[in-house]
Amino acid sequence: MQLPQFLKPKNELEAGGRQSVPVHRDENEMTKQCPNCRRAIPLSLLWSQANTCPCGYHFRMNARQRINFLTDEGSFLEFDRELVGTDPLDFPGYGEKLETTRNSSGEIEAVLCGTARIQGQPCCLFVMDPYFMMGSMGWAVGEKITRLFEYAIRERLPVVGCTVSGGARMQEGLVSLMQMAKTSAAVQRHSEAGLFYLVVLTDPTTGGVMASFAMDGDVILAEPGATIGFAGARVIEQTVRKKLPQGFQKAEFLLEHGFVDAVVPRKEQRETISMLLKFHEGGDAL
Amino acid sequence: MSMTSYERVKAARSGDRPTGLDYIHGMFTDFLELHGDRRFADDRAVVGGIARLNGRPVTVIAIEKGHTVRDRMARNFGMPHPEGYRKALRLMQQAEKFHRPVVCLVDTSGAYCGIGAEERGQGQAIAENLTAMSGLKTPILSILIGEGGSGGALALAVADRVWMLENAVYSVISPEGCASILWKDANRAEEAAHCLKLTAKDALSMGIVEQVISETDLGTPVFFETLSHRVCCELERLSEETTERLLSKRYQRFRTIGQM
Repeated sequence: MQLPQFLKPKNELEAGGRQSVPVHRDENEMTKQCPNCRRAIPLSLLWSQANTCPCGYHFRMNARQRINFLTDEGSFLEFDRELVGTDPLDFPGYGEKLETTRNSSGEIEAVLCGTARIQGQPCCLFVMDPYFMMGSMGWAVGEKITRLFEYAIRERLPVVGCTVSGGARMQEGLVSLMQMAKTSAAVQRHSEAGLFYLVVLTDPTTGGVMASFAMDGDVILAEPGATIGFAGARVIEQTVRKKLPQGFQKAEFLLEHGFVDAVVPRKEQRETISMLLKFHEGGDAL
Repeated sequence: MSMTSYERVKAARSGDRPTGLDYIHGMFTDFLELHGDRRFADDRAVVGGIARLNGRPVTVIAIEKGHTVRDRMARNFGMPHPEGYRKALRLMQQAEKFHRPVVCLVDTSGAYCGIGAEERGQGQAIAENLTAMSGLKTPILSILIGEGGSGGALALAVADRVWMLENAVYSVISPEGCASILWKDANRAEEAAHCLKLTAKDALSMGIVEQVISETDLGTPVFFETLSHRVCCELERLSEETTERLLSKRYQRFRTIGQM
């Protein structure tokens, strides 16, 4: 079996898993071991539970799966799907790396943007993809997010963003660093316009993305157990030569230190997001 | 003249270079340092205050590495904590209130990677500077005088004009970090430095900085006087713009970088 086909969703359940349909247990079904409870979880069970283990552990989700899970059926209208950047530094191996990633993930870039409805509430939505170069931000990612905020300003829409990122895409050098400034400026304008921006931090959100639009939300939610931080844990350990405290840089750690508003399990997210969107309806009328 | 990228990295890191405070004392008069972020502490890696530039009050903020061993340690080798960025933001907002232009002098290997820094929201502090600076209603000019280490440098460089010293470097990641991630070998930093295109000339050609400052006579009174004059003229030009135009041009400046 070819790798790209293997990774693409095979059925509706895998692609989204909105309803928990009773699933036939197949003796030979593939399983995934949960790093938390160590049990082998049948894939069908995992998919029907939005990639969460019965023990509460949240597995990562690709962007498409997350959009299918979060939004009302058929409501997602994707923007700029074909938008790609260049290789501004002519960085060795970057072109090939992009190509293999595109083949294996079926996506063109590390973020998907568009408009959608979440339990009926209209919004602009961006969802980053951990399986596309770990959601790293190069020119195209920055550009898609900036365009989305600019569209949201014109149409007076709230923005919901699910972040996952290793940070800036180093193969694009300074151009990727500048995306932090560009996206922040767009967020600032959206905020100036009195519009609502909601962030859902998912595992992992780090580096240049964490230090820009991921931390700019009017409300910032996080998924349980997600790693969220500026510097990588290994780098910090090497710098301070100390063992890091238990739960360091986890969502709950950020909650305790006052940097996220709430830790919300995946299965409650649709409800919470739509409630927040409803609270901010009619900010428009001002 | 034709130094390799990595030679420039070493030059930018050299302890012999003038540091932020040397620039402040060389270019400005009547500098009065203002301390603290009003939230947690005073970060000595960031020095800020009010000074005069050719008689006109300006807010100046510099990342300071220090010269002596003791001083360098006290200043955490120029690696700011969140409170350093928050102090800078406080001073910038003060400048906005009193219509003073802001001059930032950037020289850091990066924002500090430590437990306390994470606990107090290093990423959030940087993020807040980026948004606030993009909307700050007063002219901002940033000069990269040595190392421009990633987000920790950008947090003082969302400006109307960004200039760079001839041997300064500006990069999304250190060459050592890049080499160890990419090739699992920090010893290939020299190669990584070349690939990252982190020199002033590279940054100029990508439209990331507007001017490259020659290092002839670096650190001498003549050098500072010339630079001071250039900054003064530029701030005057920027002050002529209406706030709306200033902000719209600042937005476009970052909006168009890397555009095809």
